[in-house]
Amino acid sequence: MIAPTPTSPVSVRDIYKAFRRKTGETVKALDGVSFEAKAATLTALVGPDGAGKTTLLRLISGLMASDAGELEVVGVKVAADPQAVQDRIGYMPQKFGLYEDLSVQENLDLYTDLHGISAEDRKAIYPRLMEMTQLGRFRERLAGKLSGGMKQKLGLACTLVRSPELLLLDEPTVGVDPLSRRELWEIVLKLVREEGLTVVVSTAYLDEAERCDHAVVMHAGKVLAQGSPEDVTAEAKGRTFILAVPDGMPARSLQARLFQQHGVIDAVPEAGQVRVVLASAGDTASLAPNGAKDAPRPVPPRFEDGFMVLFHAVAGQAHRNAMTLDRPQSVDPNAIAVEVHDLVRTFGDFTAVDHVSFKVRKGEIYGLLGPNGAGKSTTFRMLCGLLPASNGTLRVAGADLRTSRAEARQKLGYVAQQFSLYGQLSVDENLDFFASAYGLRGRRKADRVAWAKRQFELDQFSRLPSGQLPGGFKQRLAMAAALLHEPEILFLDEATSGADPMARREFWGRITSLSEQGVTVIVTTHFMEEAEYCDRIVILDAGRNLAEGTPAEIRSHAAATGGEEPTMEDAFIAIVEKSRNGPAAQTAGNAA
Amino acid sequence: MLDSLLRIFALIRKELLAILKDPKSRASLIVPPIMQCLVFGYAATYDLDNVPYAVLDHDRSAASRALVAELDGSGVFTRVATLRRTGEIADYIDAKRALLVLTIDRGFERGLYAGTVPKVQVIADGRNSNTAGTALGYINAIAVAFGNEWRERQGLAGPAVQVTVRAWYNPNLETRWNMIPSMIGMITMMMTMMLTAMSVAREREEGTFDQLLVTPFRPTEIMIGKALPAMMVGVMQSTLILLVAQLWFQIPFAGTYPMLYMGLVLFVTASVGIGLFISSIAANMQQAMIGSFVLVMPFMLLSGLTAPVGNMPAALQYFTLINPLRYAISITHQVYLEGAGIAQLLPELLALVAIAAVTLPFAAWMFRHRLA
Repeated sequence: MIAPTPTSPVSVRDIYKAFRRKTGETVKALDGVSFEAKAATLTALVGPDGAGKTTLLRLISGLMASDAGELEVVGVKVAADPQAVQDRIGYMPQKFGLYEDLSVQENLDLYTDLHGISAEDRKAIYPRLMEMTQLGRFRERLAGKLSGGMKQKLGLACTLVRSPELLLLDEPTVGVDPLSRRELWEIVLKLVREEGLTVVVSTAYLDEAERCDHAVVMHAGKVLAQGSPEDVTAEAKGRTFILAVPDGMPARSLQARLFQQHGVIDAVPEAGQVRVVLASAGDTASLAPNGAKDAPRPVPPRFEDGFMVLFHAVAGQAHRNAMTLDRPQSVDPNAIAVEVHDLVRTFGDFTAVDHVSFKVRKGEIYGLLGPNGAGKSTTFRMLCGLLPASNGTLRVAGADLRTSRAEARQKLGYVAQQFSLYGQLSVDENLDFFASAYGLRGRRKADRVAWAKRQFELDQFSRLPSGQLPGGFKQRLAMAAALLHEPEILFLDEATSGADPMARREFWGRITSLSEQGVTVIVTTHFMEEAEYCDRIVILDAGRNLAEGTPAEIRSHAAATGGEEPTMEDAFIAIVEKSRNGPAAQTAGNAA
Repeated sequence: MLDSLLRIFALIRKELLAILKDPKSRASLIVPPIMQCLVFGYAATYDLDNVPYAVLDHDRSAASRALVAELDGSGVFTRVATLRRTGEIADYIDAKRALLVLTIDRGFERGLYAGTVPKVQVIADGRNSNTAGTALGYINAIAVAFGNEWRERQGLAGPAVQVTVRAWYNPNLETRWNMIPSMIGMITMMMTMMLTAMSVAREREEGTFDQLLVTPFRPTEIMIGKALPAMMVGVMQSTLILLVAQLWFQIPFAGTYPMLYMGLVLFVTASVGIGLFISSIAANMQQAMIGSFVLVMPFMLLSGLTAPVGNMPAALQYFTLINPLRYAISITHQVYLEGAGIAQLLPELLALVAIAAVTLPFAAWMFRHRLA
């Protein structure tokens, strides 16, 4: 018996779900959530980490039972018959179960076999999926060798083999570069608009929510607001302004100052200026004493602004996240902290980094940007001395970390892409170990550990195993451990990947104040808007250095469209596409 | 130098915390060795009792009945059938109902009186060669004793030669006495190799190894910091097994503890060297696990514990020379059962020193090389 697809394939009414932590406390993952997803629409669940997005999707897919409330999916009561629901929907979890040692084609075959799809149906489905995902060229490639974006596309293809009536996607674009992100979204939108599929997607990227039909803004298990993205955007109506930055001051410094100010909900650097969201409409008086050059210029709000207004109403003022070093470092604007000349790294016949050169001055924030597989991480690992260069020279704090004595590493701090401290050890034990590893002892060690815990507000978690820390605090601990020995240079590899908007603002607040106190910061990121926080950036693709300069210089590569200043993402895509389509780039492929 | 020592100390502390903090991982260091030790102590024994046998008595005399009574009363053999025809023998052996069939020919008693040496035939199930061999030895001993006694009672001249067997160091020839002290080496090797091989692989897998490498730690310091905690755990486990041997199985300890521990420390050092070597090659925990197993099995088989080294093909005999377990078992046997001193153990101790002197620097070299 197959129930007909109703007008609302997902109907969630007053759902509750609580979990018990090992420590005994109860966490309300979902606290009275209701929403409906209409047929052939795209619904986005938006919210920071821990909002309950994943739990909600798992309940909808029938993988988990709710504590209370009603849940109807494709016309079936989920609690009564979860299998019937699962047979008709597609669910792509955050980590989709691709078999890394199987090829693209073998993975697809496996999923079609698992879903019992006949040979004729396959003939119809495969070409369509291949065309949609553009994976045709990579059929024989092992799934483990695909870039993050292609893995997600393959996961999506595997989910779509049996033509589900409803598609659930859990943060499909985490760790995916802007180009692939754009492609992935085009696929999803096409499925909704052209094939009439109903899609529910969870995301922490606010610009993505802007493209959906219905947005459900969640926080701590509750729905803060829902409606069309325009409804959410309208929350910030009349409260958004652009401030020009005084000469000689980085936009991020003004942004950091504004962010601390009472009456300011949000401030982000944007195109060399600062975008501000005020707590009450028209209260521009509070912006006056910041030395801004001109009067604040009102601008139309966007989804992110509305989201921040909603969020501010429940969560209050953002965290104080500036930090003070015990010993600010001298800033000599002419001193060179990192120098890379003609750096090459090959793996077999594959060139991951192809004659890259750049210089980073002391106290600068320098960004390495590029799509997945562009060679960012490889360059990074060479800078940190984790990988030898095949050719070229590099000097970090006056030494090549590969060949210099261990003491040279004393000058750098490193925060890896994934949380890489000891998960079973407590916060205190981790800090103690890394302090000792950097040769701190006695009084000095105690002082530095206390400093780190104070600066990163880790005191409340002293004894908690670090693996059990909430997401944002893991990142803080990793940074705390990397700063214990007061390094001159801080390396941050994709530090904000997977972080929600709040955590990212907090992170950049800290980075800004570190750089103001003389610490050189080198970051890799694929959030293009984060490039605005950098003094200078280099854009890499297929191992080559495509463009280098200040954010303003990079933006100038893209033509202004419709009178609007191009965003960093527009510029990035323009630069990468120009290089890939250009005559000099026959070898540059989608994959690296 | 001081900095280097302090870093190593910090790493040792961290390693021990990681191993000992979690109750589950603590239990996994203590429970399996004791369990394995108990299982081996009870299950792995070559001593026989309740061997099923059948009798085909063609003589049916007082003498033949007396011989069968001896067997029945030995406590080793249990008579499962008394056969009438030769054809029945195959049935019992094939169906494994009897391990041995004793055939007494007609004229057995007459022969005894006549002073000749009458023969009895024993048919054994050769499919289980170890047990059959041992059982045949037992039967032989019983038959010889029976013959001698018979002659004495009949007032005939005593046997020309009387063989008295006395096993030294294990007077009752109990397998357990052989097995349990060997466990000290076997279990300790398995655990320490695994522990070192996995600890680096785990860090690689979880990304913490990179974090370690960007700190001022030198590869050699990391290696020492990884080796020492594993050695401590290994010696602790040896002690556990030693306690089980003495307190539970009550096997008397003939040697001195300093001697035993000196041997153990050298042995654990050699094993850790091999573990570190595996960890320097393995990219993840799975590879480290497989690598350890691939090596542990031959090390055990070629240790001389189950099969005597002298019986192996020449090539394998050479291989046993680089097997630390062979020396460990030899040392524990000699110290535990014989009370051997340093002079007697010098060849084994030197062999272990030689193995450690090769594996540790080689692992260190591989460590640096892999990182480079």
